[in-house]
Amino acid sequence: MSSPQFREPLIEVKDLYVYFYTYAGVVKAIEDMTFTIYKGEKFCMVGETGCGKSVTSRALANIVPSPGRIVKGKVIYYRDGKPVNILELSEEQLREIRGKEIAYIVQDPSSALDPLYTIGYQIVETMIDHYTVRDQKEGYKRAVELLREVLMPDPEQRIKNYPHELSGGQRQRAVISIGLSNMPRLLIADEPTSSLDVTVQAQLLELLRRLVREHGLTLFLITHDMGVVAEMCDRVAVLYAGNIVELAPVDEIFKNPKHPYTMGLLRAVPNPQADIEKLEPIPGTIPNLIYPPPGCRFHPRCPFARDVCKREKPPLVEVSPGHYVRCWLHAE
Amino acid sequence: MVEPLVHVEGLKKYFPAGGFLKKVWVKAVDGVSFDIFEGETLGLVGESGCGKTTTGRLILRLIKPTAGKVLFAGKDVTRLRGKELKAFRREANIVFQDPYTSLDPRQTVFNIIMEPLKTHGIQVDDPEGFVTKLLYEVGLNETHLYRYPHEFSGGQRQRIAIARILALRPKFIVLDEPTSALDVSVQAQILNMLKNLQKKYGLTYLFISHNLGVVRYMSNRIAVMYLGKIVEIAPAKTLFENPLHPYTKALLASIPVPDPEAARTKPKIQITGEPPSPINPPPGCRFAPRCPHAKDLCRQKDPKLKEIEHKHVVACWLY
Repeated sequence: MSSPQFREPLIEVKDLYVYFYTYAGVVKAIEDMTFTIYKGEKFCMVGETGCGKSVTSRALANIVPSPGRIVKGKVIYYRDGKPVNILELSEEQLREIRGKEIAYIVQDPSSALDPLYTIGYQIVETMIDHYTVRDQKEGYKRAVELLREVLMPDPEQRIKNYPHELSGGQRQRAVISIGLSNMPRLLIADEPTSSLDVTVQAQLLELLRRLVREHGLTLFLITHDMGVVAEMCDRVAVLYAGNIVELAPVDEIFKNPKHPYTMGLLRAVPNPQADIEKLEPIPGTIPNLIYPPPGCRFHPRCPFARDVCKREKPPLVEVSPGHYVRCWLHAE
Repeated sequence: MVEPLVHVEGLKKYFPAGGFLKKVWVKAVDGVSFDIFEGETLGLVGESGCGKTTTGRLILRLIKPTAGKVLFAGKDVTRLRGKELKAFRREANIVFQDPYTSLDPRQTVFNIIMEPLKTHGIQVDDPEGFVTKLLYEVGLNETHLYRYPHEFSGGQRQRIAIARILALRPKFIVLDEPTSALDVSVQAQILNMLKNLQKKYGLTYLFISHNLGVVRYMSNRIAVMYLGKIVEIAPAKTLFENPLHPYTKALLASIPVPDPEAARTKPKIQITGEPPSPINPPPGCRFAPRCPHAKDLCRQKDPKLKEIEHKHVVACWLY
């Protein structure tokens, strides 16, 4: 289950910086972000509100919303083995990739669907735009197959429904089938189940796992739930205040966490399978990214903070094969 | 036998849901009974729309029940009026899920915390000192006295909401998803604080949540709700180690466990589908349409809560 089986990179993010230019000041949402997603793997990004995980996912297809701007960095996408920098492509070239080769599933299925069109129409639209079906008729046939694949009950009827006629779980199934309609190479799922109930969440996570297995997709999953990470991922990047603080195979993160934030996060989550006497919270709150703390961004909340942590930003260091940490404790 | 602090019996709440010739009702809470004993935390879990929030509000008489009764320290809450109702409001209170809408944005923290005292006509000698002391109780301090809610983070706002309730020295607090709007690192701070306050003041909690990890951490006993009914009540540990109702089992099997090894070996009892609408709940056991063990009897007759072992009650025809 560890990473070595995935060798061929699909996307490489290099030295990415994303800032948001707001009235209150410049929000340094992402700084110095570097990571690779390999073909066929399930890569997870975990972190709390505002840590930059959604922004990162958007940067992959160059759709960072205004007032955000990618200040510098590269997103190298291996298209049929040839590297292209997504951030330098023209709008037309990007349109070919978005929705076809890189597809999104967003958190809130109600806002991802257009209330004025039927589910069927919205699935067909994506396929017609990318010429993966010849006409409407073929499109609708394919839409029924897709809905059946995502286990939508009674798909022949559902394609005629409007989004408001479906339940939350069914809507998310429809969104997933839109994402899958062109058989993307990379499926980006941004908190795909956080708005759903646990019994429905379990069904959808199982579905995503199956789709990755059967269609050889690469999954980039964003979540704040360590439980979802443990169940879904091959490799995990832990984000804190716009930085990757730790990146490792999933077993490493849970068994051998190195960064104080990762350790704190694991201890702060009540595990339903264990009798816990006392949780150990991380003191303080997330910093304001208009004025991020100097040095390591976690140092004001870190029990191990030293002088160097307040002055200088630690580098991301490989401490064991495939296990990277950004912390002065492990930098020497 | 100890008298329970809160005794709920046959509680029902139907909301009208339109209908032109024939009235249609949403059966949000449909015959719920349980006890909460002094000093304990009863966890109430269930998925969205199962009626857990409505149950909490019914107990506090924030809404009037369609049928059933709620005894608080022996008195029927559903019949209270005037002075008695006001006295009850002092003793029983609620912390809401969303700390962004439960505080008045135009009042300072000092005013927010003093308001319940004014409502109840309680005089304190040194209001500033009184509020400061409360702020310290919830991990804030005097520098926060004259600030406004928008200056605080979600976790801090929830602390203010809790301080406001503590001002009245209540006995019983309904905690309605108090941490689900918060980040996990902050959630643990609030949960620990709630536990400490409970010990210090001998508080009794009804802890409503959909997060099973949080409920297990907080509760002595847990009640599981499904579509307006309670399907199982047991001590926290028993419920997680030996769940009896098929719905509880499915719910527990559905939680993502933060341990990759356990996640791989975890038994997969998955249920399909989603909870049906409470407008026309299925006859018989409400879980029957999704239940892997459903028999004919389940579809016809509604099972009653039955004590299977000490303190462990289940509503299921299997037992």
